[in-house]
Amino acid sequence: MTTPAPAVVEPSDEEPGRVDARGPSTRSPAPVVLARVRRVLTGGRTRRPARIAVAGSHLTAALAPAGLVVVLLACWEVYVRLGSVNPLILPPPSAIARSVYDDRGLLWSNFTVTAGEALGGIGLALIAALGLAGAIHFSRSLRRAVYPLLIGSQAIPLVLVAPLLSAWLGFGLAPKLAIVVLVSFFPILVATLDGLAATDPDLVKLVRTLGATRWQAFARVEAPNALPGVFTGARVAVVFALIGAFLGEWSGASRGLGLLVEQAIPQLQTARAAAAVTLLAGFALLLFGGLGLAERRLLPWTLAAAR
Amino acid sequence: MVTQLDPRASGALGPPPDADRPAVTLRGVTRRFPRARAAPVTALEDVSLTIGRREIVAIVGPSGAGKTTLLELVCGLQQPDLGELAADPAALMPQRDLLLPWLDALDNAGLAVRLAGATRPAARREAAALLDVLGLAGFEHARPDQLSGGMRQRVAFARTLLSGRPVLCLDEPFGALDAITRIELQSWLADALTREPRTVLLVTHDVEEAIVLADRVLVLSRRPGRVVAEFPVDLTRPRSRTGPALVGLRVAVLEALR
Repeated sequence: MTTPAPAVVEPSDEEPGRVDARGPSTRSPAPVVLARVRRVLTGGRTRRPARIAVAGSHLTAALAPAGLVVVLLACWEVYVRLGSVNPLILPPPSAIARSVYDDRGLLWSNFTVTAGEALGGIGLALIAALGLAGAIHFSRSLRRAVYPLLIGSQAIPLVLVAPLLSAWLGFGLAPKLAIVVLVSFFPILVATLDGLAATDPDLVKLVRTLGATRWQAFARVEAPNALPGVFTGARVAVVFALIGAFLGEWSGASRGLGLLVEQAIPQLQTARAAAAVTLLAGFALLLFGGLGLAERRLLPWTLAAAR
Repeated sequence: MVTQLDPRASGALGPPPDADRPAVTLRGVTRRFPRARAAPVTALEDVSLTIGRREIVAIVGPSGAGKTTLLELVCGLQQPDLGELAADPAALMPQRDLLLPWLDALDNAGLAVRLAGATRPAARREAAALLDVLGLAGFEHARPDQLSGGMRQRVAFARTLLSGRPVLCLDEPFGALDAITRIELQSWLADALTREPRTVLLVTHDVEEAIVLADRVLVLSRRPGRVVAEFPVDLTRPRSRTGPALVGLRVAVLEALR
């Protein structure tokens, strides 16, 4: 007597950001990202953004920061060339660039050491922080016991601890990993705990009414809810981790960018030291951006929440 | 207590073994909430009602009449302070759709099946069949943020159905939707329940919604909530909102609400 209701698109939702009508293509996050990019670029005015327009706007978006960097570098170069400062104290960008090229073999072989320490330390910190975050989330008394210690640990001056760790653990990988874990563990832990705690209690209640155990509610609701937090923590942690690895090498190492800088400065090879720091900064940008991309790729729903 | 039905049987839910027993029975149920340094609030007082299998009962009443408390009692989320309550396993569908934002429509609809231990492909297969029936074909892979409010509510309904519980407790399921979408979904729900009959307890503010959907409308009083009136709705389906019988009944229910 009645016919099945047709799959109608509700009239109130005809906004350009939506991709309902595109059906199966929504399986990949790309259309969502594209739709969002389009909406931002067009200010939501037009519904037919040409591919060229998108590419062109990408270019404009990339040009602005690049232009700023060029202007800053030019000012720096001119400032040093005018003799305002001794180039041995502040090497001009051109000298740094030359050093990056001339010392590329030396820089690269030391960079891989530092990068390895930082990445290895972040990996360890991630495992430890996620494990502890889960445990703390389940146990209030563990939280009370552990949290003050962790906060206190963040106030320890690293320049003090780094040489001690080298004296204790030797000049190898271990003290560097220890420092990297020490600095990158905390931001990941805090952001993850916040993400877990920020779960909508009604969502948890609902899955419990559907028969979920406490553990299932954690695995299916709270843990996914904390994932954006994990990424936020990791983005902060990578920057700290590079500084930590560098400092660890500075305090005693046989290889690495920290050691390279430590040796270059007394020899007044400041351009080489600056080249090493440039490499480190570039790597930090790469990791930071890579994590942002990975988050958008792996957690597409967070994009939707932000719009 | 009837054991929970196999969710896989949801498509063709046969009557449970003791089909002569009502699906939900409340006898003199009272529920109070204690308050700090004050007399307890009585949300429900001496409520008795019986709901037969596959009967659709709507409960209307002013805010604070204990409607949601009644549903949570039936679902076993709360216990009565006085009185007796017996109910088949019930699933709650709240006003907010509460879909998990990281899951697509299939995974959201099949959540209960998955929680019961089924594999993901099995849960998705089952959900796909139901979403198709519920008019969501083509949107199986959309995440909640890619669906309209009405569609999300339908996915939430599918999830409630797939819990395999014989009783559905719908707590103002369309309360958050705009008027046009609401009317559309009311017709849709009437239709879905014709094809997939269940015992339904529908809490609503909307008298018209109650009469369009239900076999029986109960009116709860202001706090403490008591059943003050009961209207059987002996109208053929599908029901016209503007028919004289429905309009007359609506006036009577509104009168009882006053």
